[in-house]
Order: sequence, then structure tokens, then C-alpha cells
Amino acid sequence: MTVKTFREALNEALFQEMRRDPSVIVMGEDVSGGAGGSSGSRDAAGGIFGVTKGLFKEFGEHRVIDTPISESAIIGLANGAALAGMRPVAELMFADFVGVAMDQIYNQLAKFRYMFGGKARAPVVVRMSMGAGMNAAAQHSQTIYAMLSSVPGLKVVVPTTPADAKGMLAAAIRDDDPVIFLEHKALYSSKGEVPDGEHVAPLHGANLVQSGKDATVVAIGRMVPFAQKAAAKLAAEGISFDLIDLRSTSPIDEEMVLESLSLTGRLVVVDESNPICSIASEVAAIAAEKGFPLLRGPVRRVTAPHTPVPFARELERMYVPGPDRIEAAIRLAVKGE
Amino acid sequence: MQQSRPDILKAYRQMRTIRAFEERLHIENRTGQIAGFTHLYAGQEAIAVGICEHLTERDYISSTHRGHGHCIAKGCDPRLMMHEIYGRADGLCKGRGGSMHIADIDKGMLGANGIVGGGPPIAVGAALACAARGDGSVAVSFGGGGSSNQGTVFEAMNMAVVLKLPKIFVFELNGYSEHTGETYTIGSDIVTRTEGFGLPVFQADGYDYFSVHQAMGEALAHIRAGKGPCAIVAEATRYFGHFEGDPQNYRAKDEVRTLRETRDAMLHFRRKVTEAGLIEAAELDAIDAEIAAFIEDCVASATAGPAPGAEILLSDVYADY
Repeated sequence: MTVKTFREALNEALFQEMRRDPSVIVMGEDVSGGAGGSSGSRDAAGGIFGVTKGLFKEFGEHRVIDTPISESAIIGLANGAALAGMRPVAELMFADFVGVAMDQIYNQLAKFRYMFGGKARAPVVVRMSMGAGMNAAAQHSQTIYAMLSSVPGLKVVVPTTPADAKGMLAAAIRDDDPVIFLEHKALYSSKGEVPDGEHVAPLHGANLVQSGKDATVVAIGRMVPFAQKAAAKLAAEGISFDLIDLRSTSPIDEEMVLESLSLTGRLVVVDESNPICSIASEVAAIAAEKGFPLLRGPVRRVTAPHTPVPFARELERMYVPGPDRIEAAIRLAVKGE
Repeated sequence: MQQSRPDILKAYRQMRTIRAFEERLHIENRTGQIAGFTHLYAGQEAIAVGICEHLTERDYISSTHRGHGHCIAKGCDPRLMMHEIYGRADGLCKGRGGSMHIADIDKGMLGANGIVGGGPPIAVGAALACAARGDGSVAVSFGGGGSSNQGTVFEAMNMAVVLKLPKIFVFELNGYSEHTGETYTIGSDIVTRTEGFGLPVFQADGYDYFSVHQAMGEALAHIRAGKGPCAIVAEATRYFGHFEGDPQNYRAKDEVRTLRETRDAMLHFRRKVTEAGLIEAAELDAIDAEIAAFIEDCVASATAGPAPGAEILLSDVYADY
């Protein structure tokens, strides 16, 4: 184990998988960067957040492919290459750009296996940065996992820790299905212990981050460290809870949620997305449908408001569910006040 | 016409299979036994076959909603296709795809496509895999004039040029973008527009198998000389509507009749090879009869094929569902 950043962990996974399997290729805008520039450098960017840094030097332009700003064609490139036997990792820079490439994702990639009678295989990983926290406003800050989780054929994962960033990206690349891999940009510089050497983590299945007796708190991505902050404050009041890092929003680990709920009787779901048709709503529905007798009070959802992500610091802070709101929601669930 | 006798006969057989398949589906569609949307390719056979006769299973094609001809030309089993169109469990895609989603990856057929402009970006990706394999294989996208106006196609063309991929864009102009004329929907000349992306264009007579075959030969030579991707533009109209049931109010009354009489790809092929003394008319007649019987048999077996059940509904969404 070595302490590394989330960004370094992702980078390590890409090196690990590209060394292991020559069919793994990386493509996207500026994944190496510099082609056609006046400096002559061909590893000028390494991805907008530095996740693909250094890959070009080791693997060259045939496996680290800089593309035009052309999202439909980037996903198409990955789709066709995957159908023809490769394992592409496509980068879409910002999850918000998915709209430009949506047809290639939800009408093509997601459906090949099913629509073509089970014979087609499209092991594409689509990496995207997501989430608020950089004042990047409405078109560079969204958490779009709910929208993509509703599409059959896509797997959707959201790693929270550097260890999972490495292990889950490796697992996503080895998976035979399309995987939407969402990286919270506010987590890129977060640090944690990362296994040295080859590391592959389960792609799905939630993680029980901490145990407690009064409530089950389900959180996604950056909401997990926020809920940990809330836990520290609530502990002083004698409130403790199970904190579940969902890790995967398609499929959702229903079993762990319901098992925890059977012990605590109270459910709080924390989701950075807008509330309507959110993963928070989905987890609440699972509890209502399959865990109704276990519930000792109403399910509480902590989400962003039903607004686009705003720009100004004050507005963005109000938009993102922070530790204080999470703390209040848990207190409300447990104490009814 | 420098092809061998067996090659010529094979091409004719492919074209006749497509024509018979489509003409028969036109009749079958009125029986009410075929669900969903069906778009027929009859009239354009020379293009699919002229292109695909150059290809092997290592090469890839992407197709369109009007995909039956491309599928047959690329080697998909017409019987399994018929079963698929009838929605049978033993169809090529287990009844999950239907007419608009026929695919056979093992044959290098990356799918018909319900989305106009959906195929070219995928074929560019297949071309990337071809380049990585370095075995001389290529990828071809078919698309009509309608799809030529989609941004996805513009993106795909630019991507192929930037990455210098072994990719051929085939534009088969049938005169219409669904119910609207191509002279209206294509804002400029398609050849110069395509050339503007940096793609040399090889033009062919879409009613003439030999013309298309020659253009494809030139396109392949261009790619194999390391000169990058290119395009083929060929005109040939469809004999039927945009979809089956289309009243075709956008067409002059005698347009199709005139074209069938004067520009029919099958008649053209027959005239050319018999007049050159390469093939006896009787040989072609025998092929026609054999294929008519084969298609008849495909329809009979498809009509009697097994209906898909819940296990087909619920499987193959994921590798490990």
C-alpha cells in the first residue's frame, strides 16, 4: 500500500491494463495532447485532469489516440473498435458532454449485445469527469449517473476512494460490457492507500464504509466523504449510522442496503444529482418496495435542488448537498427533528 | 468486366437474392404477419453487391435502416434474416432486432441501424481495429443521402481523415431523404462536400454492378497505397417507399415504372453479360428460378418458426445478467 491521489490511482490502472493487454487503447480529446501544436511535444496534456499522463510515451500514438473535439465520433470509434475485438477506454472530458454523443451511447453501445442476438460484445469503458465543486457551472458540473443508469445494457460506476479508482477502472476495462466510469472532479486530488502492483476491485457491490446503529446512510461519490464528516459531528450526540458507499449505480447493491436497513430501520440517501428520477429516488423505491416492513420512519433524500448547477461560489455551495445538510437529514431521520 | 465467370455468376446470384428477398417481403408485408417497420432495398442491389464482392469476413460494414441488401451482400444467411424479420426465436438476432437491427458480427456485419447516421462512426471504429491488426482489412459504411446530412457522419468523416484509417464511406443516393427530395436536403453537391473533408470520391453508376465494382476496386487500391480513407458516391433509386406502407405522394406517378424499365440493375447486368457472350441467358434464368424457390422456402420456414419466449426477452442485456 502507498498513499496516492485518486488521479494517480486512475493513471496507474491505465498503465497496468495497457501493459497487460495490447488490445486496450485510450482515445479522446487531449488524452496525450500537443499534436499539431507549435511546441512539438506529443504528451502536452495527458488528459484535461492529467489522468492519461505519460501513456503516450510508453504506448505511442496507435494506442493513445488524440481525437478532434467530436464526441459522437469518439464514442463511435470506441464502439466499432470494441465490436472488432479491442478494449477501448474513451474519455469524454466532462460528463456533461455526453449529450453530444448520446446516440452512440444509449442507442448503439448499450444495445449491441441484446439487439444483435447476444453475439456482439462491446467492452467499452467511457470515462468522464463529473460533479460540482469547481464553479464550472451548468454545463461542466453535472452528475449524470441516474440518466445513464436507466439505460439497459450500460453498467455505471462511481468510485470514491483512490483504491477503488485503480481497482474499479481495471475491472471496468476487463469487463465484457460497456461501463460508464464516472470520476468526481473534486476527488482527483484526494489521497488514500492504494494497493501496489496489480490491483483489480469488484466492479459492483456497495462498500460498508462504517457501521452504526441508528440509520442507514447510502451515499454516492463525493457524498461519501461528506457523510463521513457528518458522522464525526453526530457521534457527539450519540448518533451512529451505517454508511454505504454505493460504488455502482447500475446495478445497485440492493442486498446491502436492505440488510443494513433491517438493522437500523431508518434510511437516508445522499445524492449530488437533481432529485427527480435520481438514484436517491431509486434507492428510496427499493426500500419502499422491498424493505417497507423494516422502515421505522420516512425515507429522507438529500439531493441537489431541481435546478441547473449554478456558477457563483455561494450558489454552488447551496446547490451541493454538504456535510451540514447531510447531518441535519440524519438527525431528522433518527430523532424526528 | 475483368471478372471471372464464377465471380460474375456469384455477383448475379447475390443481386438476385436481394431482389427476390425484397420483392417477396413487399408482398409479405401486406399479409400482416410481419411486425414493425420494414424498409426495402430493391433497385439498389448493384451498390451493395458491387462493394461487398471485394470484401471478406475480416472486413467490416455498417448499414442502415434499409439494410437487407447490405446484409445479404456481406454474407448474412438470408434464411436466418427472414426468420429475424418474422420475429422468430431462431432468427439471426433471436427476434430481438427485426428488420432494422440485423447484424452478424462473425461476418463483419456491424448492424443495420435504426438511427440515420448511426453507422458511420461505428465503422470508423472498426477501421481503427483493422489498422491495428495491420492485415489489410477495411471498414465500409453505407448511408443514403439523408444520412449524409447528419453531424455524426461529418464527425466520422473528419475522424477517419485525421486518423488516416482504412475506411470507405459509401453514399448511395436514392433520390430521397425519407419523404423529401435529396435535391432539397443536400445543401450543396455531395461530391464536393465529401471532398471538402479530405476524402477523395470515386463515383459509380449505382445501377451498374460493374461500375460500382470498379469504383470499389479503385477505392481499395487508394487505401492500400496508404493514401487514407475515401468515399464512393453512387445513385440508384429504391423501387418501394421509404417504409412499407409509404403512399409515396412525393413521387411522380410513373417515376418508378420508368426507372424499372430503363435503369433496372438486374436487367442491366443480364444484358451486359449476355451481350458480351460471357453468360448464357438460360444460366441466369436457372439462378432466378432457384432463388425464387429458396426465398419461397425461407418464407415458409419463417412463417412456421418458433416464437421467442421470456428467456429471450430477459437475457443478453449484459454478459452476466
